[in-house]
Order: sequence, then structure tokens, then C-alpha cells
Amino acid sequence: MDLLKGIRVADFTHAFAGPTGTQLLALMGAEVIKIESVMQADLATREPRDPIPRATERASIFYATNLSKLSIRLNLKRQEAVELAKRLVKICDIAVENFRPGVMDKLGLGYPALKEIKADIIMVSLSSHGATGPERTYGAYAAHMGPLSGLSYVTGYRDGPPVPIRSISDTLAGVTSMFPVLAALNYRRRSGRGQHIDCSAIESLSICVSDILMDYTMNKRVRCRDGNRHDFMAPHNCYRCKGKDKWVSIVISTEDEWRAFCNAIGNPEWTKDERFKDGPTRWENQEELDRLIEEWTKNHTNYEVTGILQKAGVAAIASFTNEDIVKDAHCKERGIFVEVNQPHAGKQIQMGLPWKLSTTPKAPIRPAPLLGEHNDYVFGKLLGMSRDEIEKLEKEEVIF
Amino acid sequence: MSGTNNVATSEKLVLQVGREILMDKALAGVKILECSRLVTGPYCTKLLADLGAETVKIEEPGVGDEARRRGPFPNNIPDSERSGLFLFLNTNKLGITLNLKSPKGMEIFSSLVKEADILIEDYSPEEAKALGLVYESLSKLNPKLVMCSITPFGQTGPYRNYKSYCLNTLHAGGQGYLIPGGVEFLDRPPVKVANFFADFCCGLVAAIAILAALYRVNIKGVGEYIDISKQEALMFYERWGVVRYANENLVVSRATEGYTIGGIMPCKDGFTMFWCVLPHEWERLKKLMGNPAWTEEEKFRDLSSAILHWEEANAYILEWLINYSAAELYHIGQAAGLPFGVVRTAEDLFNSDQMKAREFFVPIQHPAVGTFEYPSAPYKLSETPWCVDHPAPLLGEHNEEVYCQRLGYSKEYLTRLRATGII
Repeated sequence: MDLLKGIRVADFTHAFAGPTGTQLLALMGAEVIKIESVMQADLATREPRDPIPRATERASIFYATNLSKLSIRLNLKRQEAVELAKRLVKICDIAVENFRPGVMDKLGLGYPALKEIKADIIMVSLSSHGATGPERTYGAYAAHMGPLSGLSYVTGYRDGPPVPIRSISDTLAGVTSMFPVLAALNYRRRSGRGQHIDCSAIESLSICVSDILMDYTMNKRVRCRDGNRHDFMAPHNCYRCKGKDKWVSIVISTEDEWRAFCNAIGNPEWTKDERFKDGPTRWENQEELDRLIEEWTKNHTNYEVTGILQKAGVAAIASFTNEDIVKDAHCKERGIFVEVNQPHAGKQIQMGLPWKLSTTPKAPIRPAPLLGEHNDYVFGKLLGMSRDEIEKLEKEEVIF
Repeated sequence: MSGTNNVATSEKLVLQVGREILMDKALAGVKILECSRLVTGPYCTKLLADLGAETVKIEEPGVGDEARRRGPFPNNIPDSERSGLFLFLNTNKLGITLNLKSPKGMEIFSSLVKEADILIEDYSPEEAKALGLVYESLSKLNPKLVMCSITPFGQTGPYRNYKSYCLNTLHAGGQGYLIPGGVEFLDRPPVKVANFFADFCCGLVAAIAILAALYRVNIKGVGEYIDISKQEALMFYERWGVVRYANENLVVSRATEGYTIGGIMPCKDGFTMFWCVLPHEWERLKKLMGNPAWTEEEKFRDLSSAILHWEEANAYILEWLINYSAAELYHIGQAAGLPFGVVRTAEDLFNSDQMKAREFFVPIQHPAVGTFEYPSAPYKLSETPWCVDHPAPLLGEHNEEVYCQRLGYSKEYLTRLRATGII
């Protein structure tokens, strides 16, 4: 009864971005088969030559990125393994990869080759710069995406350097690549035709600053860093609260909200000051306004400020840490967290799909796979290979 | 010269038209009804509309989408038909006006819902209920309807009616707290990711949820209600951090998010980005710098040791970086197998050879603003390409097309509806 029940995915992705994308598919009920090898395990998240994620940090991230997936071993450096990968693709609906452009072609697993095997395959290639253009083979880590996309330049303090955009650069790229995949899946249902999708991680970030890019194309204006400021709203900032490194975000847009805010904090004398009499004037004097607001917030916890101001109809949200999110009453009531029994690690708290549905029950969440855990199921049951054949290929370091 | 250019342009146009005729659209035949404002809902709908979904956007008569009042505007002159934000977010949509607060307006809305496959709305749970934007009743009109509600905290739970602007949303999802990474910033407040970043990220999640639901509806024949909480959408992107507290009691903060060797660093004409992660990258960097004397010191011999003295190493590296432009470092670094990057401005991005080769910016003509280059999409589909058939609508531009041609109202009736403020 899952959203994508019956859809099978050959998942050639490694590391962070690609697996985050296929994580969505797996949580939606697709059968996602992770193609790994001790020669090239999911290196960013597994330890080489070890089926069990060893370093705790990496293990935790690996689990959160590979829930409900299956894993097989295929040493793609060997031609026999490539042939097996092709046999697998033949019974898949979707193939996903995030190697540098050209690598899949060299392996003999590029789109033309896969299309030959499975005419209606939907293949997505996710790379940092995209599959075309002069910089297509340039290397980049997640930390490079923000700078190259235009996002970092406009993110930071007014007097500070540009700021890198860390892990969300990877997760956003992975999630972005899944939108055209689902569109292609709907198209295939109607037309019977598959296709190839070329997705760029850098462009996945660039599109999120489209208004800033339009300011350039319309006005040739190069926007710079602006701290937490807004073009016309004030207050619009993060304010220090009681405790170590605790903050609350407060945004006021309308005169109604401003009056509600003043009432909620007890109408101190300064709120009647001429410098804060209307929106444009408050904007002009926002540094002083921010200082005065912080005089109030710093005597309260960020949860108290959130409660007091939201009750008055003012947009204030605590700057949630990962600890806050896990302990938060709202998140608990929304049922965001699920327990997964992870082999070798025991009980793990994990998160499922980021939405709720009315009629489709949630797919049960299975643990992340051990390296090659599903060799027998995939090679034996799905591909119909005999036990002897599998063992022979294991010995020959093809299934390896 | 101008004659030659014209020929070239018209040939290109012919080719493009020819291609459009041959190419199908991924979501052709999918009918969407949108009543949402600003960025998240409109971006979600735009993603679908740009792949061919037939989209009708409902705006409040005389007022329109809030995005119309946000910049950028050409020459900075505010005009509700000339907002760059609105124009970008509403390509390929038909625009109609309808007063959902009037009973007649809701009656008309019901007729539109009967014809739609997907309804996207972003009113608060209280507002939606007051308007009658409720799945239980709308699904009776159209049992195959996929309805998606987008709110800051979802339809249930203690925060369901909390108000949240984009900055607040960023902090609700856990991302806001972590920027900028580095211990040096701890005495200052976290800083926002530019403009509407969080809203764009949420709109993308909603669009994926809708397409997955649509796929299932087409198989099962039963509609679906999707409850999107922006907080949860952002938490999906931040899931690695979240589970680290849940399973390891580790609190992630700006203090744990810094760099060692590398990061965004100044160079001759701006900022460069590099990061040494792997041992061989450290060796290549030393070689690229010409193996200066300081790299011979024992503490800089290998990466694991250099990382322990990262501040000192970065100071030395800076002395080398400052001699080169960001573009030089980008290309010589990459040629040496080192992942260097450029900190690009909007101008740099627009003018970059890579973006030009990929045609990331495309010219779109609009009756009120003329032709400007718009960002397109971060993906290319081989069979059903992203394309813009028509620009964002003027306020109520397609009232006649939708009300008269689709719903069969007479022009006289339309005039009466207009006069009474219903459309």
C-alpha cells in the first residue's frame, strides 16, 4: 500500500547526496537496491572492507541515509559484475547514480547502454556541476556548492565573509534529483517511455536564490550579505535568550503585529519612541531596536519568548538545536520519530518521510542494510542464479 | 550586422518551436488548482507547471499574491505586475481572481475543484477551515483529488497555528542554528541563509509528495490528502544532525560545524573556496604552492598533523592564495586535482561559462516587463524538457479563459461577478 509499491531502483549512488535522494524513494516504498562493493563501499559512510559501519558518527549518518534499502556487492571493476548490474537494471524501473560525469559510460553503464537493456528505464545522473559544460568534470565537496551556486556570497554578516552552506547542500541536491524522477515516472505511466535526467547539485542551490539572480538580470544589481536583515521588515533577527548559545527568531511585518508585540512584552517606555513609530522608521533604526528587544529576550528562555509572542500572534520561533527537535512536544505529537532495530547498533531513533498522508499508510521502516546483506535475494531470487553460481562469483571477487 | 543577427535568432526560434512540437511534456494533462502565496506553495506549483501541468492560480481580487509586492522590481519601481519574485515563481500558470471569502466565490471554487487533479493551498489550519478548504468536503466533490496543504508546522500538534515567516521557518527546521559554522562566530547571532532559501526547500518537498501521491492515485483511483509541515520538510534536509542527538546525545552547533584546513578564504580579487579532506589533497596542495619552506616543518608533514595546526597552516596558505584571482585558483586547483571553488556573485554565476553552456538562464518575455533572463531548473530531462510556454499571469489575466471557456459562464455573468467583487 506504499506510494511507490512495485517500483524497483538500481542505486549506484555513494556518499551523501545521491543516497539522500534514493532514501526518499525507499521510504515511499520503492525497492531500492544499493550496489556496493568492498572495493568501493559507500565510502563516505561505511568503512572500507568492513560490512559493519564502524565509526559511530559515520554509522549514524549512514543509517539515516539508507533506511529500508537493500544492499548487494558488485565489484564494477570486473566485466562480469557490470554484466550482472545490467541484468539487474533490466528488472528495475529507475537507475540512480552520482559519479562524476563520464564514469558510468566508462563502466559501460551509461544511459545509452542501460536504455538498450531496458528501453523505458528512468535514469538520473546527479553531479556537482551537471553532465555538460566545460566544468562538468570539476570536483567539489558539499562545502563548495554554496560558494559556486551564488548562495554563499549573499549569506553572512554584513561585515563578515561569505558563509559555506554545509550538509544541506548535499541533501538538497539529492532531494532535487528526485523531483524529475517522479515526474518521469508519471510520464512513463502515460507514454510507456523512460528518459535520462541530468541534475546539478550547484544549480539545485542556485535556484533557491532566484529572486537575487533576477535582481541581477533585471537591474544588474549584485546583492551582498545582509546578516539577518530583511528588505523592509524590522524587527527581523535572532535574539539572544537565557542560556548558553540560545536564540529566538522574531519577525514583525504589520502594524498589528507590532502592537501585539509591544503589548506582549508589557509596553516598555521605549516602544513609544518616535524612532519606532512605523515600519519604515523601525527599519531605519533597527540596530537600536534589536538591542532593546534583546534586553527583553535575554531574560527569558527561547521557548518562553516563543510561547509569549505566538500567543499574541507574533512570529517568534526558538532557534531549534537538534536536541530541541528531538525533545520537542510538537515533534513528538506529530510522530516524526520512529524506532528502528539496527543490526549491530541496536535501537536507533530515525525519521521517516517529511509529510503525512490521509489514505496511504506509511511504509514500515526497515533498518539500513549491511554490505551485501541482500546478495541472496537479489542474485538468487530476482535474477534466478543458483547458489553455486553466486558462490563461484564471490570467490572470483565479482560479487565482492 | 543586425540583419545577420535576426536571421540567426529566427533560425533558433524555428528550431525551438520545432523541438517543442516533437517533445512531450512530463505532466501534460495534469490539472492543478493553486491558492497559495509568496514562495513555498507557488514554487511547488511552478515546479509542476514547468513540466507541463495545466495550472490555474487563484488570487484575491484587486490584491493578488503577496509576492507581487516584493522585489526585485525593474529600476526598483514597485509595481504589482513587475515583481521579479512573482514573475519567476509563476511561470506557466493561468491567473484568475476569486474571492474565496464569499459564498458565491466558494461555489465557483467547488466547480474548479471538480475539474482538478491537484489542489495546493497554504492557509493556516484555522483560515482553511473557515474558508471551507477542507479535504473531507472537497474530496466528496472529487474523490480522486490530491490536496496538499502547506503550513509552517502541519495540521496537527501544539504549534499548528503558530505564525512563521521564512526566517522563523529556517530556525524551526534546525538549519538556522548552525550558520555560520565556526567557533569564531559564537558571540554573534546565527545568520540566515539568504532570502527565501528555506521556503524553496519546502516547496520542493511538497512537489515530490504530490507527484508520488499522483502516481498512486492513478493506480488506485483514490484521492489523497498531503499535510506538509515546513518544519518537517526542513528537518528531512537536516536529518543527519537530528539523528545524531537522538542516538548519540551529540548536540550539533556552530562550534562543531567549522573547517580546519581551508574554507572560504580571501584571494586577490575576492574569495576562494577549498578544503583539504583527503591526505593526497594535502600533498597536491603543497606541490601546487611550490613546496614552500614551511611545508617541510614536521607539523605540516602530513594532513593529520597539519589539521592539528590548522590556523597556522591557513595563515601560511593565505600568503600564497592572495597572489591569485579566484578564477585562477579555481582552474589551476582543479587541474591539479584539488577541489577549488569560486565564491560567485549573481553576476559571476550569470556570466560563468558553465552556466552559459548549460543554458541555466533563459530569456522569457512578459507583457508588463519585457524580456529578462530567468533561472530555469537544476535538471534536464531528455524526453520531456523543462520549458516555459507562457510567462507569469497578470492579475486576473485568464478570468475569461477559465470562467467562460472552461466553466461555460457568459461574459455578462462574468461582468456581474466582477462588479460584485467575487472575481
